Amino acid sequence: MTNNDVKRALKAGFPIFIGYVPPAIAFGILAKACEITLLECFLFSAVVFAGASQFIALNLLMTGMGPGGIILTTLLVNFRHFLMSAYLSTRIGKMSKRYVFFLAFGVTDEVFSVLSFTKRRLSKTFVFILQLSAYTGWVTGTVAGYVMGGFLPEILTKSMGIALYSLLLAILLPELKTSVKALCLTIASAGLNTFLIKLDVLPSGWNIIVCILVIASIGSFFISKQQGEKVYG
Amino acid sequence: MDNIIPLISGMAVVTYVPRLLPFFLIGSNELPKRVDAFLKCIPVAAIGALIIPGVFNAVPDAPMAVICGMGFTLVFGFWKGGIIVPVLGSVAITYLVLLLTV
Repeated sequence: MTNNDVKRALKAGFPIFIGYVPPAIAFGILAKACEITLLECFLFSAVVFAGASQFIALNLLMTGMGPGGIILTTLLVNFRHFLMSAYLSTRIGKMSKRYVFFLAFGVTDEVFSVLSFTKRRLSKTFVFILQLSAYTGWVTGTVAGYVMGGFLPEILTKSMGIALYSLLLAILLPELKTSVKALCLTIASAGLNTFLIKLDVLPSGWNIIVCILVIASIGSFFISKQQGEKVYG
Repeated sequence: MDNIIPLISGMAVVTYVPRLLPFFLIGSNELPKRVDAFLKCIPVAAIGALIIPGVFNAVPDAPMAVICGMGFTLVFGFWKGGIIVPVLGSVAITYLVLLLTV
């Protein structure tokens, strides 16, 4: 049983690993160009562990923005994970609080997505091996990028850029095959996000928060209606 | 460059706390039906926005490579399912398209 969990977690974690390495290398290269030390570069990825916000932080640092502004921006950019953790908290059942401290650290977009669409009960083993694969890819990629620069052929790095999107689509497909409602909500969310990004009025990271709030509210209306029909019909 | 360890620590805290807080706020309390239904919809509501429009820029300036790579994931994933083959296959196909077109 546990052995199967290990296998499943490695299978699901490997694509995240592959997907995290190229942006992590890019982050390491950028960090070196910004003249921060290898230790600082490593710490960025090892203790913050949040892709987009790390790039934004380096860019802001270069513009001369102070730490207060950068930290506030980071809070805004990463706040979407609050909603993702809120969902995950309904899935982990009786996992003890001690483990929640580790689990929460590794809630990235991709880890959240894989965990969400894993239908079976989420075991500690599955969750932690999945997160460890993601974390390993991100941290080793960062250090490798800093130390070795762009050591992978450019064309390979470029094509690996598709991995995370391919992963998201692959885990979503079984859901779309069985639920018209899921299909409609996904398309609505994609459409709303495209619109909001074109509109370009919200701070970075908030387009997706609005998408989640709006689309999940609409979705919850349909779920409770369905349940009502089942109960009373 | 100044010492940026305090900056990194601050960023770590404001990233970690929102990831952690919901586990304590929601915990094991019984939730109202409506809230529970809302939470259950979060994954589907998030994933559409996580994929689109970002995917169109997944491989900068190579829309054809993106279409072929994601097309493979769509077709293979739809008929056969799985994760490893759809993902590695899409990377391989994107690679080939880039080789042939660039």
